[in-house]
Amino acid sequence: MKLFEYEAKEIMKSHGLPIPQGFIAKSVDEAVSIAEKIGLPVMLKAQVLVGGRGKAGGIKSASTLDEVASISKYLFSLKIKDENVESILIEKKLNIMKELFIAITIDRSERLPVMLASSMGGMDIEEIAKMHPELIVKLHIDPRIGILPFQARKVAQKIGLKERQIITFSDIAVKLYKIYEELDAELVESNPLAITNTGDLIIADARLNIIDDALFRHKEFQELALKRMPESTELERLAKSKGVRLVDLGGEIGVIGNGAGLTMATIDMLTYYGEKAACFLDIGGGASAEEFAKALTPLIEYPRVKAILINILGGITRCDEVARGIKKVYEELKFTKPLTVRLSGTNEEEGQRILKEIGINAFTSLDDAVKNVIKQVRGI
Amino acid sequence: MTILLNRENRVVVQGITGRQGSFHTKLMLEYGTKVLAGVTPGKGGIYVEGLPVYDTVAEAKDLHNVDTSIIFVPAIAAYDAVMESINEGIKLIVVITEGIPPNDTMKFVCSAKEKGSIIIGPNCPGIISPGEAKVGIMPGFVYKKGPIGIVSRSGTLTYEIAWELTKAGIGQSTVIGIGGDPIVGLTFTDALRLFEKDDETEAIVLIGEIGGDAEERVAQIIGKEIKKKIVAYVAGRTAPEGKRMGHAGAIISAGSGTAMSKIKAFKDVGVEVAERPMDIPELVKKVMKK
Repeated sequence: MKLFEYEAKEIMKSHGLPIPQGFIAKSVDEAVSIAEKIGLPVMLKAQVLVGGRGKAGGIKSASTLDEVASISKYLFSLKIKDENVESILIEKKLNIMKELFIAITIDRSERLPVMLASSMGGMDIEEIAKMHPELIVKLHIDPRIGILPFQARKVAQKIGLKERQIITFSDIAVKLYKIYEELDAELVESNPLAITNTGDLIIADARLNIIDDALFRHKEFQELALKRMPESTELERLAKSKGVRLVDLGGEIGVIGNGAGLTMATIDMLTYYGEKAACFLDIGGGASAEEFAKALTPLIEYPRVKAILINILGGITRCDEVARGIKKVYEELKFTKPLTVRLSGTNEEEGQRILKEIGINAFTSLDDAVKNVIKQVRGI
Repeated sequence: MTILLNRENRVVVQGITGRQGSFHTKLMLEYGTKVLAGVTPGKGGIYVEGLPVYDTVAEAKDLHNVDTSIIFVPAIAAYDAVMESINEGIKLIVVITEGIPPNDTMKFVCSAKEKGSIIIGPNCPGIISPGEAKVGIMPGFVYKKGPIGIVSRSGTLTYEIAWELTKAGIGQSTVIGIGGDPIVGLTFTDALRLFEKDDETEAIVLIGEIGGDAEERVAQIIGKEIKKKIVAYVAGRTAPEGKRMGHAGAIISAGSGTAMSKIKAFKDVGVEVAERPMDIPELVKKVMKK
């Protein structure tokens, strides 16, 4: 789950990190009165969760109250990659001499947390990594110990900091790591981490993403996480309203499988034969008849889905149980969309017998099932 | 021989009193696995599937000399359970639990490395050496004993492929599901090194998927350290960027972790890559003839 910049900064501030003075405005009037209170010039920063905000014109400075009014009006009308701007962070404008970069994230390959730092802040870090990989300093961290100040001081030196800035930088790094660990973040970042004209370091921009799998132990974010779903399509929203998680893939063949890898492989098979799946829907292991009914309904209702392919490899999941689920939905919903079922494994004969009762000839081979659903969708 | 697991492994089930734990204890016993005890803190003294339940792994170790653990405890308590096994000197720890925060996984992976424990998972189906033993939740009937080692990030897709092989008369030495999380203990690289040294394993099937760079990394040692023939399959060729495809680790981010990148890495080192899961038996026969 992503947090807005102002939410990330509030958390950082409560951990004693240096943050520019600022407040959040929900309207033009609020923006003007905040600017009056904190004093001009100010920065106006559109609060959105998508990246590329600066390039999209979502960050502006203003030196008069009239400018604050006109710019905030403009920002509230802005759509950044389909995301509406609902609030603006108004901050006192900093006198920035240099921009650094600092981030703490997970290095999947090394299986360790990593701190990344660079003297080339302010730019897109992926671009720095491509053009100047030597300018990114990496520090792998023992997750049982965390960042020690001496490690951060060495990084500070490597990115060209001197004297008291070394101490300030290491203090910031240690505190950011503390946030990373306490909140189960997948990313804590400041880009830029600014050096001001007085030589102070201050977190000019901030990002903080929380790991979804860790939300169970962060009650403070649970409600927010429910509201803050990532960008979704109509089909994904329809499914979600029925309590089903799926990924919209844009095609016409709805795919339900048991297990993530098997479902992905089923979708890849459709592509192999030149068709596109409508969705990725992993029903998981041991799904009950009710769960099957739930998963099927959005695909039955959504008009773009022209045919449905169910691929079940019964291991712990029993084919007869699955067949009973399909039969139940079939009889209750009386839908007419073509349905292809592949059932193989535990109790496969019994499962196939049950499906025959409702006129479905289940396949045992995945290849045959995929070819059949393609025939159905092409109307052959 | 097999790798990591044979009929001699002495198994304790952590979380044996839960629904999943007790159900799979029964299936593991039926398969012939030497499951000797269970652990659920606070429930010591009772019996599940005829096995004694203890409050601590230490008791199970003292009384039954267990060397292998399978963990079914919920994500919220999994870190403690894995650390307990590591500290009691359990050599092989299979973590079935899904949804463990990566910060916890990274910590126990570090500790396991220091103490010499091998962790399989988290979020995995476990390990089976057909005809010997299974420590996991996979259906035993899809496997048969034979010369192919399989290592995979997936569960049901592995069953599918193992079954295709079995139906084609090609058995397996050991089959490992390393897990679908971004951070796992045993890696593709570790598994291939073990298979390379195993006399019984003649060829290896590697099943990867989108996300991360485990496939690209293991490709770097293929043909050098790893001389045995390998057939690979990569799931998620059509997955969109930025969407989690079921597994926490199956996500393409900022253009990296695509199936194409992994397939290319394998082809560059001469690995046969199957277009479809059902093509694997033929490819295995082909590489074994060489």
